[in-house]
Amino acid sequence: MSDASVTDIRRPRGKLRGETITLSHGAGGKAMHDLIEDLFVSGFDNRELDLLEDQARFDLASVTARGDRLALTTDSYVVDPLFFPGGDIGKLAVTGTVNDLAVGGAIPLWLTCGMIIEEGLTVEELRRVVTSMKQAADEAGVRIVTGDTKVVHKGAADKLFINTAGVGVIPKGVEINARRARPGDRIIINGYIGDHGAAIVDARGELAIENSIETDCQPLNGLVQAMLTTCPDIHCLRDATRGGLATVLNEFATDSRVALRIEEQALPVRDEVRGMCEILGLDPLYLANEGKLVAIVPGECADALLAAMQAHPAGTESRIIGEVNASPEATVLMSTLFGGERIVDLLVGEQLPRIC
Amino acid sequence: MKFVDEFRDNEKAQSLKREIHALAGRIGCTREKPLLLMEFCGGHTHAIFRYGIEQMLPDSIEMVHGPGCPVCVLPMGRVDDCVALAERPGVIFATFGDAMRVPGSRKSLLQAKAGGADIRMVYSPLDALSLARKNPGHEVIFFGLGFETTMPSTALTVLQAEKEGIRNFSLFCNHITTVPTIKAILDSPDMKIDGFLAPGHVSMVIGARPFDFVARDYNRPIVITGFEPLDILQSIWMLLRQIAEGRCEVENQYSRVVPPAGNRAALEAISKVFEIREFFEWRGLGSIDHSGVRIREAYADFDAEQKFPVPNLQIADPRSCQCGEVVKGVIKPWECKIFGTACTPETPMGALMVSSEGACAAYFSYGSVSIDELVARREAKA
Repeated sequence: MSDASVTDIRRPRGKLRGETITLSHGAGGKAMHDLIEDLFVSGFDNRELDLLEDQARFDLASVTARGDRLALTTDSYVVDPLFFPGGDIGKLAVTGTVNDLAVGGAIPLWLTCGMIIEEGLTVEELRRVVTSMKQAADEAGVRIVTGDTKVVHKGAADKLFINTAGVGVIPKGVEINARRARPGDRIIINGYIGDHGAAIVDARGELAIENSIETDCQPLNGLVQAMLTTCPDIHCLRDATRGGLATVLNEFATDSRVALRIEEQALPVRDEVRGMCEILGLDPLYLANEGKLVAIVPGECADALLAAMQAHPAGTESRIIGEVNASPEATVLMSTLFGGERIVDLLVGEQLPRIC
Repeated sequence: MKFVDEFRDNEKAQSLKREIHALAGRIGCTREKPLLLMEFCGGHTHAIFRYGIEQMLPDSIEMVHGPGCPVCVLPMGRVDDCVALAERPGVIFATFGDAMRVPGSRKSLLQAKAGGADIRMVYSPLDALSLARKNPGHEVIFFGLGFETTMPSTALTVLQAEKEGIRNFSLFCNHITTVPTIKAILDSPDMKIDGFLAPGHVSMVIGARPFDFVARDYNRPIVITGFEPLDILQSIWMLLRQIAEGRCEVENQYSRVVPPAGNRAALEAISKVFEIREFFEWRGLGSIDHSGVRIREAYADFDAEQKFPVPNLQIADPRSCQCGEVVKGVIKPWECKIFGTACTPETPMGALMVSSEGACAAYFSYGSVSIDELVARREAKA
């Protein structure tokens, strides 16, 4: 698509009026066009969106040059509150989907954005979210190329729900798979656990605990590509979001039919997060993260990979936290600081609702 | 982290562990005829599993996980009453989060919420009172639950509501008492417990003296215990030392928090608002005399049971459940016929599988001494 044709199609943009979003912004008429053009098209600012077609269109050759498989993922974001220390629902909606692509080894390229807006949301809030999405997309090197907006009655949704889908391309030779953990492999995490979950609890203000915990929300695609350069044979890789580190470890142990043993002593947990967990009876192993990945890698690569991760801005606090054993199959065990040992199982129910 | 790490020191733990093993040898208990020690409180049960304490004990000592988990021992009929109150039009039903999943005979509060009842999770009864202030057109009913630990804050909330003249707040009182329950366990014919860890936070309110009868009348040593892993190990060591020396006393390991006479202000608030019920129904244990409290007549305006009709039906536990035998130490959790099969934390049949403080849920989630056994069971299931 040449720039000349884009210029031809451009027409004067609509201007969003009023201070709050109303049902008319979702009705398909002038108000909706104004919303889309003034907020989304100018906010996300890229050539695919500028065309204002019903679909984004791509040149296949540029895709096949970068890898031999496509990766496609989708995720919905319903976090409460919309804005919290270190992030907001928009940043989350971009980085979350970017990270779901990245931990498959994919290079993320394009995102979609569907918004369900409760009438009464302020235009200012929506603009903040869109700006934040654009920043996060730029940081991760992806473009938000198509979208959809619906406005629903008061009470039919909570302020704003966002769905993003993402497309990426997986370079030839990358074979990351939850079934590939082998005895002798090492387990690595790229930094402090539980920050996101703790920041959300704090931001809700229900507990009147004062602290300075910020979400760890960050794109992981740069880190993953750096990791693959050092160790192309990463066996398993996942981001530890809802359900936390414990959930990802259980998924690996079950899918690979192995035992994962971790050392409580090696787990990176900030003092503020530990303190909050002690007071509220939460377990940092199950707290959500939005910028943490867990890698299972061949033992002989572990030290070099750890050094490469620590050299990347998204992995300065990376640690080796445990190793893979043959038995007991499908089990995660933890040696406690106290000198005992216990099973780390999947969480039943939820520790905290609506954190992402 | 200060004030936490000191109580989880590995070296101190290892030295206590050595002394516990030596004392067990001196007492002469064996794997075949083990010493049975009960931690009454669910908070202790949780800590024992979370820190892997059972694995540090010799196999001649068995921990029996008592009934001190208020969510676990709530009978089905009371959950049904909660659901009936919550489903009344115009009611906001406020509850602690861990009570949401307890199964009633028809549904849990979580299911009632999904069906449209206005049920809110709160962290304190005072949060429920502020809901009442903010929603004058609604009746806010607080689900009061727990032992003497949570009773004072509920009592103070009722007193505050009275002081402010808040008319749209009431309490569905399900508070229970510790001492009659320990007595019921001691009186039961299949009782085998050799010593008790007494609940630290309950004792902070009621003091040490109410436990005198355990040592005096039943000849069982009892140690008031804190909730950090070193507290628990030290208390086990104190129990063993009493047994080895032939003593039988109430000892206070948690003296940094528990004064011998308890907390007078808290006790005054409790006795102002509450009076003893003749009996209260427990899941798994049946009816126990004087084991619950209700709101005094003077505060009847704040009593949801008097303000609204509640079904108040007794619903029998599922017949296959063996919770009663587990809490008395007659069988181990995994020896129950339905442990891990019909009864799991996701689909709890019995009380002890409901909360993370329940013995069965703790075994299911954390393993413990029986990691091998647990794995074998899981494999058999798969």
